[in-house]
Amino acid sequence: MSGNRPWQRRAVDAAEWLVLAEQLAEGRWVLSGLWGEAAAVHMALLDMGRGELTVASLACPTARFPSIARHHPPAHRLERAIRDLFGFDPIGGPDARPWLDHGCWPVRHPLGVPSEAAGDGESYAFLAAEGEGLHQIPVGPVHAGIIEPGHFRFTANGETIVRLEERLGYTHKGSESLMAGTALDRAARLAARLSGDSTVACSMAFARAAEAALGIEVPARAHWLRALMAELERIANHLGDFGAVCNDASFALLHAHNGVLREQVLRQSDACFGHRLMMDRIVPGGVTTDLDPAGTAAIRSLVRGIRDVFPRLVELYDGTASLQDRTVGTGTLSHALARQYGCGGFIGRASGRSFDARRDLAYPPYGTLTFDVPVLQEGDVNARVWIRIREVEQSLRMIDQLLEEMPSGATAAPIAGAGEAREGLAMVEGFRGDLLCWISLDEAGMVKRCHLRDPSWFQWPLLEAAIEGNIVADFPLCNKSFNCSYSGHDL
Amino acid sequence: MRKLLIQGLIRRPLTEPAPSDAEIALVELADRVEQAARVRLGRSLAIRHVDAGSCNACELELHALGNAYYDLERFGLKFVASPRHADVLLVTGPVTQNMREALERTYDAMPAPKWVIAAGACASDGGIFRDSYACCGGVAAVLPVNLHISGCPPSPSNLLNGLLALMGKSVRIAP
Repeated sequence: MSGNRPWQRRAVDAAEWLVLAEQLAEGRWVLSGLWGEAAAVHMALLDMGRGELTVASLACPTARFPSIARHHPPAHRLERAIRDLFGFDPIGGPDARPWLDHGCWPVRHPLGVPSEAAGDGESYAFLAAEGEGLHQIPVGPVHAGIIEPGHFRFTANGETIVRLEERLGYTHKGSESLMAGTALDRAARLAARLSGDSTVACSMAFARAAEAALGIEVPARAHWLRALMAELERIANHLGDFGAVCNDASFALLHAHNGVLREQVLRQSDACFGHRLMMDRIVPGGVTTDLDPAGTAAIRSLVRGIRDVFPRLVELYDGTASLQDRTVGTGTLSHALARQYGCGGFIGRASGRSFDARRDLAYPPYGTLTFDVPVLQEGDVNARVWIRIREVEQSLRMIDQLLEEMPSGATAAPIAGAGEAREGLAMVEGFRGDLLCWISLDEAGMVKRCHLRDPSWFQWPLLEAAIEGNIVADFPLCNKSFNCSYSGHDL
Repeated sequence: MRKLLIQGLIRRPLTEPAPSDAEIALVELADRVEQAARVRLGRSLAIRHVDAGSCNACELELHALGNAYYDLERFGLKFVASPRHADVLLVTGPVTQNMREALERTYDAMPAPKWVIAAGACASDGGIFRDSYACCGGVAAVLPVNLHISGCPPSPSNLLNGLLALMGKSVRIAP
């Protein structure tokens, strides 16, 4: 099928769909996304070795499609979300419970054939864990700190967690329905607010998908500036997480020092790009803000400052036995699960899965930069901290190169409609992992359908696995070391 | 660790001076915050935060209030874990339908007198998500709001100014 740039989209029949499901289960592909449209379901398949994506599309005239989750569990929650939003029933799906729809919306199947709903809430049946001495601990959606809302249902035997079940969807804002039928600029603003901590990455994924669809060549300088913002965002988040994990182990000193570094990054981002989180700075066509020589000098000085302080913080982390006692061997995620779920970012890379869209898809300007992708095998909280530390170092190295080799010229290309319906697909590496964006535009260049798949979709389920057998008191530590996005997942 | 601690003692603090009265006065202030109630609270305000469906950008900036530059607690402002301990409910996000009940229950669990702050564009009027089937369109659609703090997300300085305005007192902290 033409137009799904830069990769292929193929219409498949139910039999081929099932073959793909089996190939997913065998590990031939990585499931990279599964989403609905007016009369079809689409599935993005990643070929890790070749760094290529393919989309398979199955028409759903009867509002049913063969379940992928039945063969390949990572599709589980995505299918439940499709059923809630579109009303398509996954045939043979392992779980009939709703996911994003808590029975509170005034409408059912808002993206499919909508019908009115009472909206007075529905009860939710959590999975049972039975045995002598087991007790349940319900937590959330309102948590004790400044955290996003979600519900965690623990079943514990004494202090040991026997089962954790997550219930998400509390932050569902209907982003995808708001995007449908709007102009690119408004849809870009919605994309930037999918997950605020990844606003640069979300905007970049959206912009790249739209540019691929319309066949727009982005000026080289815009690519470089985008990468600069993306690496600043990664550093800020990793610093914040490093401190927060230590704080959850009651080691406030590292939290304080990382907080200072993080604040310095945000202030410099504000000074250079006009927004602390660099929200709405990346738009289809390029970037909205150029970097002047003073800004270049200021970022160099910021990088020097971090290089001066950060190694001492790392040394303190590494040399504090009481802290290591909490992080080493806690919340271990197996290689097999990380691989099966195509788990991206520091979680996957801490469990032996070597994938980074910057290296493996080499979208500009990353193809011209020199950097390493750190990978560890242990899969525990400590490994996830160390991946973040190493990635901060690599991002600093990339910023050196970006500033050194920044091309001159324009920072944005004009956006022109293609005069025909177009589709585009993009994957970018956010701080949390690979983010997928698929966009379909009509003849006038308006958004028909846009789907953004946050990395958290394939990370949240693994937290349930990683926490098993740990003690309840270590949950905050494990949760922070995963740091999945609620908003990014809930859409 | 010793070196880091000693440096912390001999270096000037990073904490910045409090915002001036003029900056605080710029913030739109609701009318029902009575002087008497402020006196009863003394110089402290306990804040319970609820994320009612934000994109988490507001939370990042709320977290930043605790860093060494802003040091929120020097003003007697602190985030508390339980609504039972809170004077102020600080809400972020457009209030999703899925969070409405949890937000109302949190408010109901707070003892009077109590105030509600809507922080950020979404909490103020639903922001970019206002017309969604999944959102109530801002905090005021669900609870009485005493103070709006603008911004997407509001910067830590904006948040600080708003909170100090609610305290209704001029704070002078030597830098």
